[in-house]
Order: sequence, then C-alpha cells, then structure tokens
Amino acid sequence: MMEIGLNHYLVLSTILFCIGLVGVMKRKNLLMLFFSTEILLNAVNISFAAISHYYGDFTGQMFAFFVIAIAASEVAVGLGLLIVWFKRFGNVDLDSMSSMRG
Amino acid sequence: MEKYLYIALFAPLVSSLFSALFTATPKKLFTGIIGSTLIGLSLFSSLVLMIHIAGGGEPIHLELMTWMATGDLYIPFGFIVDQVSVTMMVVVTTVSTVVHVYAIGYMDHDKGFNRFFSYLSAFVFSMMILVMSDNYAGLFIGWEGVGLCSWLLIGFWIHKESATWAANEAFIMNRIADLGMLVGIFLIYWNTGTLQYHEAFEAFKTLDHSTLTMIGIFLFIGAMGKSAQFPLHTWLADAMEGPTPVSALIHAATMVTAGVYLVIRSNELYSLIPNVGLFIASLGTFVALFAASMALVNRDMKRVIAYSTLSQLGYMFAAAGLGAYWVALFHLMAHAFFKALLFLGAGNVMHAMHDELDPFKMGGLKKVMKWTWIMMTIASLALAGIFPFAGFFSKDTILEAAFAQHHMVIYGVLLFTAGLTAFYSFRLVALIFHGEDRFKLFGIHPHEAYRYMLIAMSPLFILAIIAGVFQNGFFHMVEEILSATEYHIHSHVTVWIMLLGTQIFVGLAIIYAYKKYARGGITVPDGTSEVEQGFFYKLLINQYYIPYAYDKFFIQSYRKLSKAFWEELDVKVVDATVDGIAGIVYGTGKATRGMQSGNLSVMLRWMVVGVVVLLSLAVVYALAVRYSGNLPGVGV
Repeated sequence: MMEIGLNHYLVLSTILFCIGLVGVMKRKNLLMLFFSTEILLNAVNISFAAISHYYGDFTGQMFAFFVIAIAASEVAVGLGLLIVWFKRFGNVDLDSMSSMRG
Repeated sequence: MEKYLYIALFAPLVSSLFSALFTATPKKLFTGIIGSTLIGLSLFSSLVLMIHIAGGGEPIHLELMTWMATGDLYIPFGFIVDQVSVTMMVVVTTVSTVVHVYAIGYMDHDKGFNRFFSYLSAFVFSMMILVMSDNYAGLFIGWEGVGLCSWLLIGFWIHKESATWAANEAFIMNRIADLGMLVGIFLIYWNTGTLQYHEAFEAFKTLDHSTLTMIGIFLFIGAMGKSAQFPLHTWLADAMEGPTPVSALIHAATMVTAGVYLVIRSNELYSLIPNVGLFIASLGTFVALFAASMALVNRDMKRVIAYSTLSQLGYMFAAAGLGAYWVALFHLMAHAFFKALLFLGAGNVMHAMHDELDPFKMGGLKKVMKWTWIMMTIASLALAGIFPFAGFFSKDTILEAAFAQHHMVIYGVLLFTAGLTAFYSFRLVALIFHGEDRFKLFGIHPHEAYRYMLIAMSPLFILAIIAGVFQNGFFHMVEEILSATEYHIHSHVTVWIMLLGTQIFVGLAIIYAYKKYARGGITVPDGTSEVEQGFFYKLLINQYYIPYAYDKFFIQSYRKLSKAFWEELDVKVVDATVDGIAGIVYGTGKATRGMQSGNLSVMLRWMVVGVVVLLSLAVVYALAVRYSGNLPGVGV
C-alpha cells in the first residue's frame, strides 16, 4: 500500500484545476460556469490544505477557509443575478449575454 | 523722484493692457484717449525727471526686484535715470504722445483701432525698458520687446501680403543682428562677470584690447540691425508698409535709434577701442551717403523719408564712432523731432490723397493743405540743416567734430551728403506741394487733416524749430557722463567759412530742387525718359540691386535648402518614423480588436491565455533566478 503524500494531493489539485479550467472555457451555461469556478477554487483549497499540513503551518488552512467563505458569498450573489436573468430572458446562455458590448 | 520713474515706466504698460482688453471689440474712442493720456503722463514724469537731472540732481538708480540670481550671476530689474537715459526718455515719450494723439485721427476709420493703441503703447513700454535699464540684460529685453512690437505694427494690416512680408523681413533681419548682440553680451559676462553697466565699465579697463574689440564689434552688430545699417538696411524701407504713425514713432524717431543709444551707452567701451570707433564712423558715413543716394530717385514718399532716416542714422553713428557721443545723442534728439514731424506730415498727405504715395501724382497741394505744407517745409529745412532750425545745430556739430579730428574723407562725404539731403527733401516738398495740380488727373479731392491732428503735431513743429537752443544746456547736462569734448576749430575764420559754405551749399541744393520740381510741366514718369533709362537711375531706383541679391543668394538658396530638408529629411525620415510607430500601434489595435467581442465565453478564454502567459513568465523568471549564478549577465 502506497503512502499518500503531498505530491498526490498536488496532482489531484492540478487535475481538478484543469477540469475547472476546461469547464470555464467550454461551457456555455452560466450555472455550469459557476460549478466550474467552484471546482477551480476548491482545487486551490486542496493544495492550500495539503501544503499547510506538510509544513505544519496553519496559515494555508485558514486561507482555505477564507476562500470557502468568499466562494459562498460569490455564489450567493451570482445565483441571485442568474435567477433575475433567467426570469427576464428565459435562458442562461453565455453567448446571449452581450448587451454590454461596446 | 522714484515715483516719477515708476510712472514714466509703467504708464505705457497700463495703457497697453487697457487697450488690449478691447481688441476684440469695435472701435472705442476712449482707448485712444486714455492711451494718449497715460503716455502723456509718462511724458510729464519724464520731464520732471529731466528737470531734476538737468538741475544737477543725482542720477536715480533703483532696483525693482531681483530677476536672476544663480551662482555668480546676479541680474536685477534695475533702472537708472541719468543724463543719457533721461534724454532718451523725454524724446521717446514726447514723440509717443504726439503720435498717440495723431493716431486717434489717423486710424479713425480702421477696424483695428483698439489693437493699434495696444501695440503702440506696448512699444513705448518696451522702449522705456530699453533706455532705462541699468544692465545689458534688461536692455536686451527691451531690445527684443521693441522688435516684437515693430513686427506687430509693420504687419498691422495683416490682410496685406506685402505688410506681413515686410514685418517678417524686419523681424528676421533683426534676429540675425540680435544674435551678434547676444554674443557680445555673453562675452561681457564671460570676461567681467557682470552685466551691470557701471561694474562692467570698470572691469573693461583691465581687459586686454582684443577682447574689448570683440565685445565692441559684436555689440555693434546688434546696433547695426536695429538701426538698419548696411548691410542689414533693407528692412527699414520695406517697413514703411506699416501705418504712418508707426513709421513716425518706431522707424524714424525711436526704435531705429536704439542702436545709436547702445553705442552711446557703451561709450566707455568704445572710447577704449578707437579703431572700432573709426570703423563705426566710416560705416555710418558710408550709410549716410548710400541711403541719401537711394532717396534721390525714389518715387515712394514714405520710402524717401525712410532712406533719409537711414542717412541720418549714418550721421549719428559717424558722430558716435568719432567719440562725439553727446553730438550723436543731440542729433538723435533733434532728428526724432523733425523726422517724426515729416512722417506725420506725410501721413496727412496720404490721408488726403487716399493712400497715394507717388509724389509725382500730387503737386499743388499747398493750396488745400496749408498747415501740412508749412510743417513739412520746416521739417525739411530742419532736416537739411538750415539755420536756425534744429538740424543746423546738431548736424553742423557732427561736421565740425569730423573736421576737428582731421577725418577729412568723413567730413567731405558728410558734407556732400548734407547737400543730397537738402535736395531730396525739397524734391519731395516741391513735388507734393508745388507745381500743377497733377492729382486732378486721378480724380482725387484732397482735404486737410483733422484740426486736432495738426494741433497734435504742433509740439514737434515747435521743437523742430527751436531744439537748437537746447544745445548748450544739453551739453552741460551730459558732459558729466559722456566724454564731452567741445569741438573747437582754432581759427575763427575757418569756422565761419565752414558754416557759411555748408549753408550756401545746402541752400543751393534746395534752390536746385525747387527749380527742377516746383515748376510746371512735370509729368508722371512712365519709364521712357532719358534719365530713367540711365545706368545710375536704374541702379538707384533698384536700391543698388541689393534686395535682389539678397533674394537670389540668401532667400532662394535658403528656400531650396528648406525644400530639400522638407522633402528628403522631414518627409522621408522623421515623418516616416513617426508614422511608422503610429502605424504599428494602429495595426496591432486593429488586429486584436476581435478579442473584444463582448462574448463572456471568449473573454474567459482570453483570460486563461493571459494567466498561462503570466505563469510561464513567472516560471522563466524563477528558473532564471535559480540559474543566475551560472549564467553570466543575468543579474537577478
């Protein structure tokens, strides 16, 4: 049985980050964009926590909590906007959101 | 007394600024009246100062404030009222006051009435700075100021192309000369460490001869430009494009004499270098004859008077160059009065003749313009140096000075020129005022100028008659600071022969001019007569072909050079570089504009690209830091 070390966590984090990144770039649904963003943030959280544990320094874990808190508030605001948008236009397609175009 | 100094200096400035407020509005009579009043106030203050100085008072010297003080350089805004500057102040303000009042009438119908008064007063202010400054830097500021105002006023009728051309010519010629003057001022500072007159003059005594010669020559180059001496003389005749009051004030009485003032002011320098003085005297003598010869045939009333100004400036330089500074200053003063009067008279004639300048088209005007006729005749008598008018005293003293110093060539040429002066002055008077009424052929109905214009001219009229009586008082006033030599020729008989000889010679020239031009049967020359075909006439009427030569050699080649630089250097190198940089920026902008599609998804992708690029840079940087020890030249 292999010992699970820092590298494994970092690899997991990287994989998750890449998944999130591809999601951000590819998905056209605003809700899916939020999911991808959450995946990105949590990928970072994993590496924070892992590195924090590795060095025995709690700063990283505290920072992860901050990230979680910020992510929660971001989603709260974002979802609110999303619902308003959906009510008005009947979809949440990214390509249709170009009213700010100059 | 300091109060009067400030009033004399700043009243013209106030006048100028006041008139400037109304430049964009239609004619306001009160700008002229208030302007004239303020200049009159300046005249009054100058007269008070004159009385103070002439009565043996101490010269007034004060520093208004520090202008420049860096390291060893200390230049204050200092002003001095001594015998020389107070003379200049009185001359300048007298003529200015007369010209201001006269201009109210002369510029009566002009759209730029308010602007004219603003410029005119600004000129007076600059001229006052020039003459009152106690150092060369302040003098230079005034010098440039009068140059600027001269430019503004020659080109006052900006819609006339000839006027703007003449203005530029005057300005550029003066710039060339001013460079010489600036070099002279730098040399003074370099060698003495100061620009204050009295300190510099003290220091000159210890300098070696060659340095002083250099300083003297460079300063005189500046004087040559301002006073339109050969070879920088062409601008003065062309400057007659400006309004006639301007010609009277700037191009006869005051600004053009600034060069003479500079030489007189620097008399302690020039008396140390008599060889340069002799050069100045020779050049002045040459210009006196040269300009007088051009005035003989010219058919433009104002240009004839302009050449006569040039000729008289030559006399002044001849006197100053020979060390007779007080004579030069006295002639400057007398000349300012009668020459301004002559110009203002010419202005009246121009008004009457609807801006006609050719005296051959006039004739017989004395019947309608009696007072102008009398004034111009007296002014011409004064100019010719007939006893007892102003010019007699000043001009005769110049001749005596030349004679007493045994410069017989200078004396002979100046004497001959005096005859020419009398001839061309009375040629003009005879053609304008005597003979048949040739103007009738051209359908002109002349009329006398406004009464108050004539009244405004009357102070100059009186001064042109009586200025000679000031000679002794003037001499005693300035002898304190100018090396005052009274020129006594030992034998009384010689003096009387000289005096009478000169008078008879000049008188004959006047009679000849009247005989030739005041009779009937004069026709407007059409270029076919025998005289006009003659070599000398052609040479003189074309101003010795000097303007053509300047045009051919300097202006045309400069134009070619400029064109080459424009087409080769500017367009192909400078413009191409600048346009290329702009093109790159514009091109990249155009190419990358597609990024800003407004689509959120596309923008997110670009954001990812940006993050990747930044991350890669960070990695490269980190690697560079790690291996910098091994890599020479990467000092991170």
